[in-house]
Amino acid sequence: MNTKKLLGFAVFLLAVFVLVPLFIGATGRVDFFYTLTSVALLSVGAAGVWLTFYIGRINIGQGAYALVGGYVSAILVTQAGVPFWLTLPLAGLFCAAISVVIGLPILRLRGVYFAMVTLVLTEVARLSALALPVTNGAKGITSIPLPGELSLFGLTIIPAFGSLSNPRIGFYMMAVVLMVVTYLVLWRIVNSRLGHLCRSLQQNEELSASIGVNTAYLRVLAYAISSFFGGIAGAMFASIAQSIYPSSFVVADSVNFMLYCFLGGLGYVFGPMLGTLLLYFGWDLLSIAKQYQLLIYSGVMILLMLVLPNGVLSLLDKKEGRA
Amino acid sequence: MEQIIANGLYLGAQYALIALGLTLIFSLMNVLNFAHGQMYVFGGFVTYTVVVQLGLPFIVGLFASAVVLAVMGAAIEKFLFAPVVRRSKRDESTMLLAAGVAFFLDAVILLFFGEKQRGVPKIVNGVFNWDMRIIMPYDRILIGVLAILLIVVFIAFMNYSKTGRAMRALAQDKMAAQLMGVNVARYSMIGFALGAMLAGLVGGLLVTITGVNLGMGGPTSIKAFLMIMIGGAGVISGAIAGGFILGMMESVGLTVLSAYGDITYLVIFASLMVFLAVRPQGLMGKPWG
Repeated sequence: MNTKKLLGFAVFLLAVFVLVPLFIGATGRVDFFYTLTSVALLSVGAAGVWLTFYIGRINIGQGAYALVGGYVSAILVTQAGVPFWLTLPLAGLFCAAISVVIGLPILRLRGVYFAMVTLVLTEVARLSALALPVTNGAKGITSIPLPGELSLFGLTIIPAFGSLSNPRIGFYMMAVVLMVVTYLVLWRIVNSRLGHLCRSLQQNEELSASIGVNTAYLRVLAYAISSFFGGIAGAMFASIAQSIYPSSFVVADSVNFMLYCFLGGLGYVFGPMLGTLLLYFGWDLLSIAKQYQLLIYSGVMILLMLVLPNGVLSLLDKKEGRA
Repeated sequence: MEQIIANGLYLGAQYALIALGLTLIFSLMNVLNFAHGQMYVFGGFVTYTVVVQLGLPFIVGLFASAVVLAVMGAAIEKFLFAPVVRRSKRDESTMLLAAGVAFFLDAVILLFFGEKQRGVPKIVNGVFNWDMRIIMPYDRILIGVLAILLIVVFIAFMNYSKTGRAMRALAQDKMAAQLMGVNVARYSMIGFALGAMLAGLVGGLLVTITGVNLGMGGPTSIKAFLMIMIGGAGVISGAIAGGFILGMMESVGLTVLSAYGDITYLVIFASLMVFLAVRPQGLMGKPWG
């Protein structure tokens, strides 16, 4: 079983790092690099949302943290001159810190109440970005420099993006590495003591509290990790687009993050990744349908939900059940 | 001051009517209807089509949008929500479905009615002017009164009719209601149709004043969510209270805070978060809805 998993992981790495660039090189659809970079980054954000689902909370507020993360990174790079690679973890940590402050009161809410508050949170983030002086209002922050080189002990780990002949591939690689690391972390969390405790929260919060699980601490911790992912994804997005506006992440994005998780399947660690790929890439491919794009997209979404209400990955379940 | 209160009441009456439909659907099926705003826009477009393109009187348009939306709501419940609720492992899966329906309605509106702002000519002319203290066009007053009338009718229906009683029983305790012989599937469908119909009616009413356009759906849904959070999800009195409170806050906020820029909604959102931290179930909601 374990070798099978390792093998699967190796195949996955081979596919994303070697086969996809080769395929794109062969077909000449260079725009796919940008689409797939977005998929990778969005799935990092969706991983966070999935973790809050894992403790039994519906999170429709990831857009808020992505926006905050993007702004933190952009402001640090443009105004304080901090190198981008340092701002990436800083943006994540900043989001995690905010999410602790916000999460302490609102994580007491459950079900739809929590979902609606987080939805409102996205609007709060957007309106704050419009109102605060440091964010430059509706004009946003533009012409953020590309990430510089990252070197450790004089050894260049990541070359400066400005010097690359094709920064698109660079961004793609970077985003995929980020995605792989995120999902490894997520997988590790789920298969640890922390993951088991989270599962107990998902099933019955009172019961687990009565056995002595520190539910208040756990849910804030899970929410902070979730927001950390959101912040990192937002920061990467801002640096790739080289700009950030209050409307970079809106309510629709927050809802999408949640939909990615649903579509992939809430019971599977890699569900959000698959969901993001299907929804975002599918939307991109459907652009050939022109004015019927949204109609087909939403129709397929409704159909998928009717056929597979527990997510696409629940197909695997059925096979195991039959065998 | 009188002007602010009058504006607040007018806004509140409309908002309450939107929130009523949303809260009804939520209380019966535990579904957060993301498509509520889109249903409202759809209702507006139906009224517009009947009144402007077919040249029929306004009341016919209002009636048409109520019927169209009720049928649509019933169909959506019967063919989409009911099967998914039955087969899904987690309640929340209906959210994806609701969001899918919202996108779908957006697409349908775009294809059928286009993306332009549409409006219906004023149904009553003239402006009410009380000593320069309250100035309000007659059509707004008429729409406000109609909205309040509809709310009264709705409450009476929920309180005194057999259908209304069955739906209230369902909202209180699904299992117990089923044991008492309430046909859950049938009344869930009626409830959804009724909720959708209310959204269509508000759309039909407001198309005469503000008009409708494609982009209004999402923001309207968010406002409706706000209202039922203030009042407490799934409670009818709460939805009405939430609607009027939000209408008042908007009206007061736009006047008082205009000096500081466009921060009314930021203040409303922030105060809502503080309020919910203290009272998570809203004004009148059940804890953990």
